[in-house]
Amino acid sequence: MLVSLNWLKNYVDIGDLTPEELAEKITKTGIEVDGIEYIAEKSSDVVVGYVTSCEKHPNADKLNLCQVDTGEETLQIICGAPNVAKGQKVAVAKPGAVLPGNVKIKRVKLRGVESNGMICSLQELGFAEKFVPKDIADGIYVLPEDAIVGGNVAPLLNLDDAILELDLTPNRADALSMIGVAYEIAAILDVPILLPDEEIEQTEETAADEYVEVEVEDTELNPYYGAFIVKDLEVKPSPLWMSNYLMAAGIRPINNIVDITNYVLLEYGQPLHAFDYDKLQSGKIAVRQAREGEKLVTLDEVERNLSNGQLVITDGENPVALAGVMGGASTEVSADTKAVLLEAAYFDPASVRKTVKATGLRSESSTRFEKGVDPDRVRRAGMRACQLLQTYAGGKVLAGAVEVDKLDRSEKIVEMDSDEINKRLGTSISTNEMVYILNKLRFFFEQNGTVFTVQVPTRRQDITIFEDMLEEVARVYGYDNLPYTLPEGESHAGALTETQALKRNVTSYMQGAGLLETITYSLTDEEAIGSFITPEIAAEEPKPVSLAMPMSEDHKYLRLSMLPGLIRSLGYNQARNQPDIAYFELGKIFVSHEDVLESQPDERLRLTGALTGKWLENPWQQEKKEVDFYVVKGILEGLFEHLDIPVEFEQAKLDQMHPGRCAVIKVNNRTAGFIGQIHPLLAKGEDLGETYVFDVNMEEVIAAYDPEPSYQQIPKYPSITRDIAFILDEDIAAGDVQRVIEETGAPLVKRVRIFDVYQGEHVPDGKKSIAYSLMYQHPDKTLTDDEVEASYQKVVDTVNAQFSAYVRS
Amino acid sequence: MKEQLESIQTEALEKIASAAELRELQDIKVAYLGKKGSLTTVLRGMGKLSKEERPVVGEIANQVREAITEALNQKTGKLEQEAMDKQLESEAIDVTLPGRPVNVGGPHLLTSILQEIEDLFIGMGFEVREGPEVETDYFNFEALNLPKNHPARDMQDTFYLTNELLLRTHTSPVQARTMQEYGGNRAVKMICPGKVYRRDTDDATHSHQFTQVEGLYVDKDVRMSDLKGVLDKFAKKMFGEDREIRLRPSFFPFTEPSVEMDISCKVCGGDGCSVCKQSGWIEILGGGMVHPKVLEMAGYDPKVYSGFAFGMGPERIAMLKYGISDIRQFYTNDIRFLKQFHHA
Ligand SMILES: [Zn+2]
Repeated sequence: MLVSLNWLKNYVDIGDLTPEELAEKITKTGIEVDGIEYIAEKSSDVVVGYVTSCEKHPNADKLNLCQVDTGEETLQIICGAPNVAKGQKVAVAKPGAVLPGNVKIKRVKLRGVESNGMICSLQELGFAEKFVPKDIADGIYVLPEDAIVGGNVAPLLNLDDAILELDLTPNRADALSMIGVAYEIAAILDVPILLPDEEIEQTEETAADEYVEVEVEDTELNPYYGAFIVKDLEVKPSPLWMSNYLMAAGIRPINNIVDITNYVLLEYGQPLHAFDYDKLQSGKIAVRQAREGEKLVTLDEVERNLSNGQLVITDGENPVALAGVMGGASTEVSADTKAVLLEAAYFDPASVRKTVKATGLRSESSTRFEKGVDPDRVRRAGMRACQLLQTYAGGKVLAGAVEVDKLDRSEKIVEMDSDEINKRLGTSISTNEMVYILNKLRFFFEQNGTVFTVQVPTRRQDITIFEDMLEEVARVYGYDNLPYTLPEGESHAGALTETQALKRNVTSYMQGAGLLETITYSLTDEEAIGSFITPEIAAEEPKPVSLAMPMSEDHKYLRLSMLPGLIRSLGYNQARNQPDIAYFELGKIFVSHEDVLESQPDERLRLTGALTGKWLENPWQQEKKEVDFYVVKGILEGLFEHLDIPVEFEQAKLDQMHPGRCAVIKVNNRTAGFIGQIHPLLAKGEDLGETYVFDVNMEEVIAAYDPEPSYQQIPKYPSITRDIAFILDEDIAAGDVQRVIEETGAPLVKRVRIFDVYQGEHVPDGKKSIAYSLMYQHPDKTLTDDEVEASYQKVVDTVNAQFSAYVRS
Repeated sequence: MKEQLESIQTEALEKIASAAELRELQDIKVAYLGKKGSLTTVLRGMGKLSKEERPVVGEIANQVREAITEALNQKTGKLEQEAMDKQLESEAIDVTLPGRPVNVGGPHLLTSILQEIEDLFIGMGFEVREGPEVETDYFNFEALNLPKNHPARDMQDTFYLTNELLLRTHTSPVQARTMQEYGGNRAVKMICPGKVYRRDTDDATHSHQFTQVEGLYVDKDVRMSDLKGVLDKFAKKMFGEDREIRLRPSFFPFTEPSVEMDISCKVCGGDGCSVCKQSGWIEILGGGMVHPKVLEMAGYDPKVYSGFAFGMGPERIAMLKYGISDIRQFYTNDIRFLKQFHHA
């Protein structure tokens, strides 16, 4: 809502407040002022001039040579506007004037002839193009004949106005009108309010009902319809003050009739519609739901296909307007209009909302109807418009209005106890002060001790319960004046849950391991939804979950894997010459098993990562290490060790992964994700080299995690280390051998480490050598060589037997 | 013999003094003190001396041996020190060459901000609750006093999956869920951080996915001044002790009265600048007193219980704190962005 301060001053006195000071007060009391706009810089050098002569420029066809009387002197001014003519009063910027945009006016010679100033268009005076009436968009602005020659143009054209932009919340529909804003300001400043009167000087004896008949099919949807008839109209431009106010409010003046309906719309917040009476041939108005297949060409020249559920105004047969939204072209007011049927109505907010949703058409009218207009102001707004048509369009108003009236104009009663208010706010506002606040709001009430029975004015449809009054009292009292207190209820120590703490723990481990945390979108595209699905999820045969109405193909499905997003982010960086990246992300995937979605999908927490490029680079020492499988595996092994959860990795072949460099992760013998190199062809698609990913099922981690470390006494007795290298067939997995060593060596073998893997000289073809280091230890004694040797020999024999291996000498 | 001994001492000490290497000292030691050394040789002749002379000469011989040994030790120490110094000198490296790199990871900026907010409220006795990102229409809207066709639903354009399921537009449904779980007869003091979604086209100031932290405190006799006090504490800890807060009336369907909270602009100190759009204030969060209908629907009697709720956007907080002008930066994962907040 744009509020012209000059217009507002007709209803309330804002005293000496600057626009900024007023804006601050309004903002703090309840309606956010988003900005202040000044129509134009004040300029005393733009004055009213009278064009005493206007001839063609001797040397230029398109220029006019004008003599302009500016009171003190007559200036010779060359003007290019096509509409300049002798006898006009115009806005003249004299030499020395500065116009908006810092345009300085100087004496100049144009094609050899002197020009001493400029005759101005509205645009040159600072008006936005879109608000300037269309017929003078290319020309100068012609002032009314009664403008005083030599006088300042600023007040005439409202150049000294400031416009407040109000950012209204949906509940404050009452402030969608100048009168509503005036009530608000009056309450804030504690000043009187001056309302317009709607008296019509009745000159006509003919009653409106001789001209029109009104029928409403459903008075729930349209509880009030008033038809006023004004005849003998003269269509012409509106008075200057009205055009000025409309432009200030962001509405382009058209002609006096249209402007008056718009003016009253803004003044009362009540949308009105003027039908050209003579084009409405039946002399009948019938309000009903549209029928399937009906059509209506609206004022914006668009043919609308109507459907049931949309309320329309008809002439008894065909739709002539979309109720509460927009009029029809066939009955539009034009320059030839002689009589109008003026509609003032109350349409059900939900019904108008339905029409707006169905047509996608939104207007100043629909915005107000949707939020609910003041029932008390509907008829009065119609009368106000008639009065203005009488005054400014020479119209004759027929007696009475033809009405269907089932409108509830009763005021809501809300009770409030000042003790309860103080208890809820934490204040100690006296009952006297409450009285003062209610008076400022202009709410009638009865007081009985601390209990106030408040009659809520119909303009405040948003106030229905005690808490609404609580807010009214609080905001007028001033949120600034509320004390600062802390809750006095019983207090408990806050803490993260075990799982929340674990998530932080994992995040911080990953950071320490050198990975950057990322956040990718949950919504993804068709390609990604089938990609990199971890085997334990794939085994559930999940069904993709998609948006009912996606905005784009890119964000259509809820992800089933976070990896596609991560890999694309790698590609994004690669394209910006950032090839070395290690990412992790902790987030959710969405798993549903339903063909037709009915219940919420399962949200499964995953820890994922994607790494590519160099892991280590130390050029001056000629050290370089590309990310490989073991770098990534090491990070995960470290994580599981950090969390003290046993983990195993099993070679696996998965879709989209390198067939020889991929493993599933096993926690408690259950598949808990996978790790590996993505298929080189897929990596190439993102212009990436070798790229490794992991995807860990956090639910398994959470289940296996014990936040309390189990303490073991530090061994008192020394450990003994024995190394051993086996020659094995090259396809035997080192981990399988290790497991056998651990099992056979238990309980004396405490730890087994691989310290060398070798193929080449001294090792036969098709074989490999793997060296293990075994640490022996006993909790209660020092082991003897014999004891160690016995265990060692058992390990050697078992491995040799199980893997057809032999010890490398 | 006495003279002989003295001249041996003088000669040996001279040689020791002029020795430049440890090897020379070794030679000197052998030459004088060794089995065939000159001192030993002289002492062997002591048998020829008289009974009276022997102790005197023996005494002198011991003194000479000690003097030479002492000189040898001293000189050895000195030369060893010099050798060590020389060796270390030769081992000097260029400390300005770069060290062996360590990969430095780091949290996402939003994670850091969220943790900071969580910790602040945990310190004030709040618990942290989480909930599903795919919500029911009931919990996302209806339980929060936004019945179907309520005009305020327009404030939050929604991604629907079905008529009843949607991507949550705020984390408030977690509040409704928690209140229902608590059954209407115990206090609720919680914050709920998480991802939320709106039907917006991504641009510098809009993102279809973003994060939110909402808070809720329901108990007997919760006052609006408590909301003001808690938010003031939060703002001062989050943005600095020198910041002022201001509450303004606003509108949210789930609170009544509703507020928006501004903090004083750090850039201009409240005088007005382009960051605060000349107002001196920057909007940080929204909140209010829990609407009685919301309490009622969750099983809390609004005559007995009251409460406050608030919600804020970590992206917005981060953007203000660090001057980030494009919200998409949080989701593009450009490492030039991520790496700047290692230590955040
Ligand atoms: Zn500022």
